[in-house]
Amino acid sequence: MEIRAVFHKKLRAIQDDVLAMGSMVEKAILRSIEALKKRDITMAEQVIADDKLVNEKRFQIEEQCIQLIATQQPMATDLRTIISVLNVITELERIGDHGVGIARIVILTGDEPPLKPLIDLPRMAEKTASMLHRSLDAFINRDAEAARQISAEDDEVDALYDQVFRELITFMAEDAKTIKRATRLIWVAHNLERSADRVTNICERIIFLVTGKMEEIGASRY
Amino acid sequence: MTMKVALANSHSTRELRIKLRTEKVSLFYGSFQALRAITLEIPEKAITAIIGPSGCGKSSFLRLFNRMNDLISGARVEGLVSIDGIPIYDRTIDVVELRKRVGMVFQKPNPFPMSVYENVAFGPRRHGKKSRSELDMIVEQSLRQAALWDEVKDKLHQSGMALSGGQQQRLCIARVLAVEPEVILMDEPCSALDPVATLKIEDLMRNLSHDYTIVIVTHNMQQAARVSDMAAFFMMEEDRAGVLVEHGPTSELFTNPKDKRTEDYITGRFG
Repeated sequence: MEIRAVFHKKLRAIQDDVLAMGSMVEKAILRSIEALKKRDITMAEQVIADDKLVNEKRFQIEEQCIQLIATQQPMATDLRTIISVLNVITELERIGDHGVGIARIVILTGDEPPLKPLIDLPRMAEKTASMLHRSLDAFINRDAEAARQISAEDDEVDALYDQVFRELITFMAEDAKTIKRATRLIWVAHNLERSADRVTNICERIIFLVTGKMEEIGASRY
Repeated sequence: MTMKVALANSHSTRELRIKLRTEKVSLFYGSFQALRAITLEIPEKAITAIIGPSGCGKSSFLRLFNRMNDLISGARVEGLVSIDGIPIYDRTIDVVELRKRVGMVFQKPNPFPMSVYENVAFGPRRHGKKSRSELDMIVEQSLRQAALWDEVKDKLHQSGMALSGGQQQRLCIARVLAVEPEVILMDEPCSALDPVATLKIEDLMRNLSHDYTIVIVTHNMQQAARVSDMAAFFMMEEDRAGVLVEHGPTSELFTNPKDKRTEDYITGRFG
């Protein structure tokens, strides 16, 4: 017989909120890159404005977790779920900030002519967004194995980052006039690279949630 | 023999001597089996909590150690129960002496209908201590250890029954301490107390655990989680016999239990 039905219902609602927050953040990353590609300042401004909602969501979830800890004395899996949620929302909030970082670069760049067609940066963004999306699925499904696989994919994002970095360095070496624009694109790549690292932190939390073990998985090279 | 125990409120692990031990212990009340094949080691100078749903044999298990079950007609124990490696169900064991070594605190505070002083002096006096000055010393020391002295030092000769519930329970603990036991068994010691009195007793237990082996039975899981170093989870099988499901450091049992039944019980998914 389920005795703490009300408590467990609240706990499930919190996890639904984490999913909702996750999709807001995923959208922020994808739209910030879309804005970069299209040099769409309005879209970039929208990403920055929407980040307020992400931050509000984070505080709202945190508040709900504090309420459950204070009033329900959660134990075992329930306790690990709440602790994991608190960690995951912190990571999500920071990934949202990386999206804002990219959007700011879009605004800064304004309508300067593009340095080059963007290929690897959108690829990095899609990869990162996909890792993020699947990590939250793994969180809900309590799938530690999937979490390990997803965090291993961080190497691909790192490889793309290397590639973008090398390519932009060659631009700068050849023509000093490109330095400003190339540096900004390196900042964009860095924001994406950090976002993928934060997804691996989420994956560590999933492993903790499932196994009870705190385990650091393949630290990023950056 | 020793076992490793991660002590509550500390990050260190200590090697503790095993004080109490049961080996494949079964307990019967007539034809009803109350406990089945319990094997458990309880470390010295630490707090071990026994948790589990009602009727799972927690109290019966606790009462094995001072042979309180002997008082129930038809009760029969199989297997080995030992203190410091000495089997206590042996014929040569003096039960009165055993109960001096293994004190007990009950659910409802049960002071004797006599003064605070006499409540505490009762045990030592029965065990042959007669001198007034020695008794005075024992009474003061026991009440201090039970964190009650400051509250009752001016009313030592008033009735113990006039104290508050929490004070009465601490008086009962002082009464146990007065005969210098090695082990203190506590059967739901706080379930009749208000939250503040409960926290006082818990604090007292932590202090006493430096010198005594404490075994507590509690319905209150948060209490077990707060106060104990080791925890054991009991459950009832289909024939209603109590079995030990899981035993381990409290820090692990309440955050990452190994057995699904423990998990389900402590997270309130059954009970």
